Amino acid sequence: MVEEKTSMIEIENVTKVYQMGEVQVHALRGVSLEIEQGEWVAIMGPSGSGKSTLMHVIGCLDTPTSGMYRLDGVEVGGMEDNQLAAIRNQQIGFVFQTFNLLSRTSALKQVMLPLQYTRDGQRVPLAERARRAREALDMVGLSDRMDHQPTELSGGQQQRVAIARALVNGPPIIMADEPTGNLDSKAGDEVMEILHRLHEERGITVVMVTHDEEIGAQAERIVRLLDGLIVDGVGK
Amino acid sequence: MIAGIADLWENVRVALDGLVVNKMRSALTMLGVIIGVGAVIALMSIGEGAQASITEEIISIGTNLLFVSPGAFESGPVRGAAGSATSLTYDDAEAIADPRNVPDAALVAPEFSQNTQVIFGDANVNVPVLGTTDEYLRAYDLEVGSGRFIEEKDVDKRANVAVLGYQTAQDLFGGFDPIGQKIKVALSGENGGRVSVVVVGVLEEKGDSMMGSADDAVFVPITTAQTKLFEGRNALGQPIVTSVNVVAASEDQSEAVMDQIDALLRRRHDLDPDEDADFSVMSQADMLTMMTTVTDILTIFLGAVAGISLLVGGIGIMNIMLVSVTERTREIGIRKAVGARKADILMQFLMEAVVLSLLGGLLGILLGVGLAQLVSLTGLLESLVTLNSVLLAVGFSFAIGLFFGIYPANQAARMNPIEALRYE
Repeated sequence: MVEEKTSMIEIENVTKVYQMGEVQVHALRGVSLEIEQGEWVAIMGPSGSGKSTLMHVIGCLDTPTSGMYRLDGVEVGGMEDNQLAAIRNQQIGFVFQTFNLLSRTSALKQVMLPLQYTRDGQRVPLAERARRAREALDMVGLSDRMDHQPTELSGGQQQRVAIARALVNGPPIIMADEPTGNLDSKAGDEVMEILHRLHEERGITVVMVTHDEEIGAQAERIVRLLDGLIVDGVGK
Repeated sequence: MIAGIADLWENVRVALDGLVVNKMRSALTMLGVIIGVGAVIALMSIGEGAQASITEEIISIGTNLLFVSPGAFESGPVRGAAGSATSLTYDDAEAIADPRNVPDAALVAPEFSQNTQVIFGDANVNVPVLGTTDEYLRAYDLEVGSGRFIEEKDVDKRANVAVLGYQTAQDLFGGFDPIGQKIKVALSGENGGRVSVVVVGVLEEKGDSMMGSADDAVFVPITTAQTKLFEGRNALGQPIVTSVNVVAASEDQSEAVMDQIDALLRRRHDLDPDEDADFSVMSQADMLTMMTTVTDILTIFLGAVAGISLLVGGIGIMNIMLVSVTERTREIGIRKAVGARKADILMQFLMEAVVLSLLGGLLGILLGVGLAQLVSLTGLLESLVTLNSVLLAVGFSFAIGLFFGIYPANQAARMNPIEALRYE
């Protein structure tokens, strides 16, 4: 363990149980994991292993059934919906396999979206939102595609818009769920190259879910899940 | 405060963005409200227009004019229409005209009238034949165009003379001068028959009035009407009148005149103070109240009918919003993932509904005002767009957006972000 690094994500004995009709599904059966600030971790495992659930818990889209989760030293477990929304807005940027862009909306507006929900005492002025969105699009190399709608963009370009959206609010963490899953290898390489750059230049913590060994190998550490338990890569 | 306005504007902006993305659907959804509000405005304008024209007419007659009419004919449980009784006699009218009895009355013009056919040559018209005295001319502020009006001597002699209203003269005589011509008045009763009268005057054009137009009438001496043309006597053989027109000396004295007439007629008819009167005294104010009650009901009725169509428009909005929420499940998930709170999503969809219905309301006002103008242009009905009906329509469409928007918006806000993101 590297001493000067502090823990960004601390998970202790987290379980998650879903009620699916009559059946209880134990998606996580007691997971403990620590991810340090600036680390790049890949979460891997077969489908049904609980990696998506773990990702949702870390991303504050879902709360654990039991166990402890500290994000940047703050306990997330007992938070209300609004506080979780604020964390998703400020601390975490999401990148999804299916891009998840708004239909019939220009790239610039897509990237401005998180800023619409930012309330740091006061709303971000519209001009400021546009400025930061342009900056983020510039970062992913889409300065010339700002007025294009998703249907006018290639898959790789769409994913880069999604990355711009994820980083527009300057979050310390980016959660990437199969970021290259829907892309050809060239576009996938471009996306991975951007993630590397963000990780190296900005020190952003990257948590990436994938089942592609080649992609996973690009991470600094691989955490392997099976049947709701971590089987490998708990800590460094 | 400024933050509040900025927040509101932000919400409106997001809602507008959402609506612009789906222009066709937004337009079709608005159509229900546009038609509803348009109907409310147009129909209420017609109601208000009717009221305004009636009010204007009554005021133009003058507010110091009063009417005394016989009460409803009553025999056991059978009750006739108001004015059908024969309880008001010519003597009553003479008594009212006596300044010792009703000192504040300036003019008293008794009237005995009936509708009948009036014939000249090939032409004939069906008009009120109005038996009255010389005072009628001044009571209604009429002008003689040519010849003269009924005079006292005509009344005394039961003369077979007639004065024609402007339109009646036109209808019977066309261009040429009716003075000195003989016209025939069809008699009432089963025997039929006709009586000839000589035209001695024609009135100036006066225009329509609520009480029927003086332009469409034939004026004869009241005594002639009572005895020679119609059956103007009661069971005791006394000559009767169908009404007495009384002009108070001034507007302020109207009340006093009404009280004086009431007291006089109760005394003459041997009525106890607590007994129902067999006559009625009505001022212009009373008529106004009566007529506006009728038109008020008309306005409310028309408004209610239109309101129902607005309600249907509102249900249309709810329907589309529910579809829209389901269709945009993924969008809701995305928004939540990037930090939208429940309240943000609720506001977004609520605002869309409100903006839709308000926008529809504004377009509906334009439609309604246009329709009202069109109705006015046809000349069949008057219409008057009032601020009240516009405010009512705007308020109503806002309320409808809010009411029918809250349920779909709440559905959207309650969505689980993970499930929403997975939605295909």
